[in-house]
Amino acid sequence: MDEIAPEYDVVVLGTGLTECVLSGVLSVKGYKVLHIDRNDHYGGEAASVNIETLFRKYTHVRPGEEPWKKYGRVNDWSIDLIPKLLMANGELTNILVSTKVTTYLDFRQIAGSYVQQGNGPRATVAKVPSDAGEALRSSLMGLFEKRRAKRFLEWVGDFKDDDPATHQGLNMAACTMKEVYDKFGLEASTRDFVGHSMALYQSDDYITTLGVAKETVNRIRLYVNSMARYGKSPYIYPLYGLGELPQGFARLSAIHGGTYMLNASIDEVLYEDGKVSGIKATMKERDEASDVMKFTTKAKKIIADPSYFPKKVKITGYVLRAICILKHPIEKTDGNDSLQLIIPQSQVGRKHDIYIAMVSAAHNVCPKGYYVAIVSTIAETNTNHHLELQQGFERLGEIEEKFMGPPIPLYAPIDSGVKDNIFISKSYDATSHFETTTDDVRDIYQRAEGEELVVEGLREGQTLVSEGTQ
Amino acid sequence: MSDSAAGSAQKPSSSVKLVLLGEAAVGKSSLVLRFVNNDFQENKEPTIGAAFLTQKCPLPTRTIKFEIWDTAGQERFASLAPMYYRNAQAALVVYDLTKPSSLVKAKHWVAELQRQASPGIVIALVGNKLDLANDGSGASGGIATATENGVPGPETDGDTSEARNEEQESATSDARKISTREARGYAEEEGLLFFETSAKTGVNVVEVFTAIANAIPETSLKGTRGGGAGAGQSALGAGRSGDDSRVNLGDRNAAAARDGCAC
Repeated sequence: MDEIAPEYDVVVLGTGLTECVLSGVLSVKGYKVLHIDRNDHYGGEAASVNIETLFRKYTHVRPGEEPWKKYGRVNDWSIDLIPKLLMANGELTNILVSTKVTTYLDFRQIAGSYVQQGNGPRATVAKVPSDAGEALRSSLMGLFEKRRAKRFLEWVGDFKDDDPATHQGLNMAACTMKEVYDKFGLEASTRDFVGHSMALYQSDDYITTLGVAKETVNRIRLYVNSMARYGKSPYIYPLYGLGELPQGFARLSAIHGGTYMLNASIDEVLYEDGKVSGIKATMKERDEASDVMKFTTKAKKIIADPSYFPKKVKITGYVLRAICILKHPIEKTDGNDSLQLIIPQSQVGRKHDIYIAMVSAAHNVCPKGYYVAIVSTIAETNTNHHLELQQGFERLGEIEEKFMGPPIPLYAPIDSGVKDNIFISKSYDATSHFETTTDDVRDIYQRAEGEELVVEGLREGQTLVSEGTQ
Repeated sequence: MSDSAAGSAQKPSSSVKLVLLGEAAVGKSSLVLRFVNNDFQENKEPTIGAAFLTQKCPLPTRTIKFEIWDTAGQERFASLAPMYYRNAQAALVVYDLTKPSSLVKAKHWVAELQRQASPGIVIALVGNKLDLANDGSGASGGIATATENGVPGPETDGDTSEARNEEQESATSDARKISTREARGYAEEEGLLFFETSAKTGVNVVEVFTAIANAIPETSLKGTRGGGAGAGQSALGAGRSGDDSRVNLGDRNAAAARDGCAC
C-alpha cells in the first residue's frame, strides 16, 4: 500500500482526547504521525454516541426490538460516555485557542453550577457562590458565616503565588488547608462547598495534606476566574457533545500531515533492543468496496491509550457512571438547560463526592424536551454499585431510561515509557473537568519529548495556505 | 476580491459551510485554490494546510460567504470525522473525468452525504480536469447562465479566454474517460447540480460556486456558522452576552481584557 509511509516518527494508538491533542501538537511541530484506532469512530472511551449505539452498548437488545425508536431520530442524539466539562479559563480552553481548533467547534455555557447541602427530600440545592457578592446572597450560609466567606473569597481573589504580602501571614508552601480555613473561621459546611464544588476535590484528603493549601487556593481561583469569564457558570461545553473535541484535534493533526486510519487493529508491536521499532497492523473491511489491508511500518515512538497495552498498565480505581435520560430539568435548579450538581461526600456519608452533569437540546446533544444527566462517583464498595449512586438518582426525579454498566476501571501506565519509547496515557478519571486530562497530555509530552509542552504561539509562523483568510 | 466585497457591504451576508469530497488527486484542493486565490499549482502535494478557506460569493440580493472545508486527507482510509459533515449546507463532490474509478467513488460520497449530512444539503457533482479533454469548454449544467446574470466572480475575463486557447491547443490528446452525458444523467437522477471544470484553466470554477450559492434556500441561511440561536458573532465576542450562552473562544483575549479578573 503506497499511501502508508515506511516509517513514522510517532504512531498514536487510540483517538481519545489525550491522544488526539498529542497527535495534533506533534504534527504541527513537524513530526510524521500515523494515528490509528481499532474502532470505526473517533473518541475511544470518551466518544459521544447516538441513542441506538447507547442501547446496544448497555442493554441486551433482542432481535426485532428497537427500543430507541420512541426517542426520535437516532442521530439527533449525541450522548457522552464520559461526563466532563471545560473550565472556561482552564488549560484545555487554552490549548484549543492556541491551536485554533476553536475554528471547528462551537461552545456554549453550562447554565449553572450547584451544590447540595444535607440529604434526602429536604436537601438544599443551591448555586455555588463564586464571588463576595454572591456569598452574601447565598442560601448556603447564615448571616455571620456569609461575611466570613466573603472575606475568604476576597482574600483568594487577591492571592498571588509569589507575593507573601497577600498570604495573610500564612506559610502557604507548608501549611494545610485546615489552617487556612481556621484562619478565616469558616464553618464545616462552608469548607465543604468551597473544597468540593469550587476547588473540586472529590474527597476530604486535601484538608490535612501538607503543602496543598496553595494548590487549593489556585483551584478556587481557576473556578472563580472561569466563572467571571462568561457569567453563568465556570463551565463551557461543545455543541454536539464532547466527542467533537478529539475530532477537532484529529483534524488539526491531519491538516498538518497526520495520517488517520480508523477501524484498524494492531497485530504486533515490533521491538529492537528493548525499544519499539514498528508495528504490524490490519485495516479491517468496512464494506464490500474496501479490502482488508495488512501493513508494517517503522515507528520511533508510540503514544497509546491504556487499552492498547494491557500488560503495561495498572488499575488505580473504579468509577461508577450512570447515563440517565430525563424529560424534565432537575428540580431546585431554576429550570436550567444544563448544569453541574455536586453532592459533597460528607453530606451523604461517603468518602467521595457524587457528580451530576446535565446537558440538553441547548447543546445539540438530544431532541428538544429531553435532558441527559450522567451521575458518577468513585466506587467505594464491591457490590451495590447502584446504591452508591442512589443519592444522585434521587435528585433527578423521574428517569426515562438509565444506562449503567459494571464499575469502570481506571488505568495508569506502570512505567514512564522512556525505556521502550511507548508512552501510555491515563484513563479519563472521575473529575468533572479536563484539567487532569491536560495534565496527562503535558506529562506524556514531557516523557516523550524530554521538554515541556508550550502551546502558546504553536501555530504562529506556520506556512499554511491562507487558512481562515478574510 | 476586495472590490466586490466592498460593493456588497450593504447586502445581507450569510455564511455557508461547504465540504469537499472525492477520491484522492481529483483536484479538490486545486478547485478551491482556483476559486479563492485564482491560483493553480502544478503537481501540488497531497493536501496539507488548506483546511479551512473562506471566500465571498456576491449574488444580486445577498452575499454568501463560503467556509470551505477540505478533507485534510482524512478520507484516504475512510476516516473522515462526523464533524466534517456537521451543519454542512453544501458539498462539492469531485471526480476526475479522465479516471472512471473516481466517479464510482464520487457516487459513494453522494450516498454517504445523503445518509450523514443535513437533509437540505446542496450537492454539486463536479467533473474536474476538463483541460485534459478535447471538448475543453465543457458542460456547465445546474445553472449554466450564472455569469450571464451579471454576477461578478473572482476571475477576470482575460484569464478565461486565455484558458480556452490552451485547451484548443491540447485538443488532439483527449484523455476523457467519462462522458458528459453519463455523469449528467447520474446527477439528474440524484438531484445534484452538475458541472465540468478545470482548476488548471479556471473554466467553470466560479460558475460552480455561484450555482451552489444560488441553490441554497434563503430560509436555511444563517448569520454565522452553525448559529441556530440567531445571534451574531459580534455579540458573542462580548463574552457576557445577555441571555445567549454561546461563547466565542476565538475572541478570547478581547474578552479577557473586558472582563478582567472579577475576584
